[in-house]
Amino acid sequence: MVPLSWYLILSAVLFCLGVLGFLLKRNIITIFMSIELMLNAVNLTFVAFANYWNAHGGLLPSGKPVVGLSGHVFVFFVMVVAAAEAAVGLAIIIAVFRTRETLNVDRVNLLKL
Amino acid sequence: MTENLHLWAIPLLPLAGAAINGLLGRHFKNAVVSTVALFFTAMSFGWAAWAVKSAWPGGNIALPHTETVGTWIWAGKFTVPFGFYLDQLSMIMVLVVTGVGFLIHIYSVGYMAHEGGYYRFFAYLNLFMFFMLTLVLANNYLLMFVGWEGVGLASYLLIGFFFLKDSAADAGKKAFIVNRIGDFAFLIGMFLIIQHWGSLNYDVVFNGVSQLSPEAGWGLLTAIALCLMFGAAGKSAQVPLYVWLPDAMEGPTPVSALIHAATMVTAGIYMIARSNAIFSRAPHALEVVAIIGCLTAIFAATMGMAQTDIKRVLAYSTVSQLGYMFLACGVAAYSAAIFHLMTHAFFKALLFLGAGSVIHAVGGEQDMRRMGGLRKLIPRTFWVVTIATIAIAGIPPFAGFFSKDEILGQVFASPHGGKILWAVGLLTAGLTSFYMFRLWFMTFFGELKLGSVDVGEEAHKASAPAHAAHDAASHAHGHADDQSHGHGGVHESPWIMIAPLMVLALFSIVGGWVGVPASMGGHNEIGNFLSPVMHASTTAKIVAVERGSEAAGHQTEEPKENSSEELMLAGTSVLVALIGFYFAWLLYYKRPELPDRITAKIHGIYLLVLHKYYVDEGYGQLIVKPLLALSTVVFWRGVDQGVIDGLVNGAGSASKGIGGELRRIQSGNIRSYAAWVAIGGAAVIAYMIWIGVAK
Repeated sequence: MVPLSWYLILSAVLFCLGVLGFLLKRNIITIFMSIELMLNAVNLTFVAFANYWNAHGGLLPSGKPVVGLSGHVFVFFVMVVAAAEAAVGLAIIIAVFRTRETLNVDRVNLLKL
Repeated sequence: MTENLHLWAIPLLPLAGAAINGLLGRHFKNAVVSTVALFFTAMSFGWAAWAVKSAWPGGNIALPHTETVGTWIWAGKFTVPFGFYLDQLSMIMVLVVTGVGFLIHIYSVGYMAHEGGYYRFFAYLNLFMFFMLTLVLANNYLLMFVGWEGVGLASYLLIGFFFLKDSAADAGKKAFIVNRIGDFAFLIGMFLIIQHWGSLNYDVVFNGVSQLSPEAGWGLLTAIALCLMFGAAGKSAQVPLYVWLPDAMEGPTPVSALIHAATMVTAGIYMIARSNAIFSRAPHALEVVAIIGCLTAIFAATMGMAQTDIKRVLAYSTVSQLGYMFLACGVAAYSAAIFHLMTHAFFKALLFLGAGSVIHAVGGEQDMRRMGGLRKLIPRTFWVVTIATIAIAGIPPFAGFFSKDEILGQVFASPHGGKILWAVGLLTAGLTSFYMFRLWFMTFFGELKLGSVDVGEEAHKASAPAHAAHDAASHAHGHADDQSHGHGGVHESPWIMIAPLMVLALFSIVGGWVGVPASMGGHNEIGNFLSPVMHASTTAKIVAVERGSEAAGHQTEEPKENSSEELMLAGTSVLVALIGFYFAWLLYYKRPELPDRITAKIHGIYLLVLHKYYVDEGYGQLIVKPLLALSTVVFWRGVDQGVIDGLVNGAGSASKGIGGELRRIQSGNIRSYAAWVAIGGAAVIAYMIWIGVAK
């Protein structure tokens, strides 16, 4: 069995890549993809922990046993929200592109004094 | 508590008059305004007379009679009631205040008839009565202080009654501010009293004082007495705070009579007499009181000699007479002080009102050099002023003689007094007689320098001097309206002004007869009457540090062996008064060219006296100017502009600067925002890890 830490390290690596992509890329689509990468890194953490606690019979702070599917359920929530966000985000991107004719975020800087 | 006299009504009745006239008087006719004012004042006088009669010693009301209508301040153990206190002392005061006040109200109806702001004048006058009666009827120092400040307010309002005239407005401010200096000392005195006896009620405090052992509390009592004395010096216009009173003559003449001669300025004397239990235990404070009184008396008398404005002569005379009362308090002769207060209220009110009548007659002229020969033109005024002049000069059997003689006798005999104080007092009596007869001769004898009787209004206006411009103008108007009287120029005042003068003249004659000393076959009723109030001092004095000091009421038992000495003293003071009269006669009647030659001879001294010893200028240079400079440089430019404005502006510019720097964060660059979010997130995580590690 693959130990938990491996999943977590992979997740951290993915998350950091997402962060770096978000910070360093200028193309707004790439930035958007970096966000997805971060979300999925978190999802990986959720399922990894869910699997881990199922295998080891962990207890909640209240003393009850961890219900097997709670981690998985969160993943679905995240996916749903991500999908919604993608819809909104892409709409914004299209709107931006239509007005500014660019996808470079450094040129979308109207929100400053 | 035998019977309820509802003493609260005595001050509140004039307040009602003030409220009605002050709030609604604008819409009233003059006749309605004066009716309201006179009605409430008369009611107050009637009530006071009834209360005094009901509580007269020997009746079924025990004196002092206290009535409390409620609690004003209630903080822990410290309470201040709305309490009223009637004893022999407040009886005299309340009758003088309401009685003289009522007469002056009547007079004002005639005098102010042609002035603007008629309702305002009577509202203020009634307001003054309210505060003055609160002052004399209070049963604790704080309520007295309310009246004390209130009369100051009324005085301010009435001095500045002609507020369009700069000098009047300034005089009002001067009176208020100079009084404030004294009030400050009064407040400190009250704080000391609260600290040591936990109460401001007279009975508690005086009991507390009398229960102190003779040696104890000497410093404390002296401190309190000095503070109270300084407060009294402000209100009663004593050296060094007398400077406001002569300027207060800017007010209408009835105001000068009521407030700045008969009643308000005597509040300080009343306060000291009321606090006699404290003062008698503080011999050094008494000494200071006596010296201040003595200085004031002689100082003001000399200044009065050179004044040419009729009201200013009377003002300095008032200061001087108040000095006498202070002197009497200073030798623990409180009864004599109150006696003189009472007679002075009569004859000085009469003098002022008479002067007002003269001013009225000559169309607002106040300069005596332009008067003269008025004896024949305004005979009734002449006669009443003559009576008052004789009374103040101290010639028997007029009122002033007995009270002044009482004071001088006490000063001579009392262990607190002495020959020097007595000699100065005697000299002052001579000077008083001189400047009063000087006024009398200059005003009523010789030639009228305004022009002859036939001179019409225009000449009056033309000859009106600049400094009396307002009064002159307003009175000249009065004349124009009065043409129907038919005498053209100088004319006698209407009866509504003369009648109160006659009543006052009567009291100026007989007012002194209540205090005829035993040496002249009298019984000194007023001394005996007041002795219960001054009793505290009698008992205290017996055990006082200074052995052998005489009781305040000692005049009752002592004079038998000293009667010849007393008669001699009285004879001396009459002689001095006559000498004063002689010189006034010589200089201002017989040989009117002499004064000019004399003043030319002693030009330096004359100028010094004429300019009132440059005291105002000295105060200006020594106190006002440095204070102004200090305020300008340190408090305004330094503290206000530097520190306070600096703090406010600094806070503003600091946040502006910080904001300006922080603004750079908002670059509009989405990636820098993201970086801040990332850094923040990292910081939160780092903190959580650190917390976990710390556990």
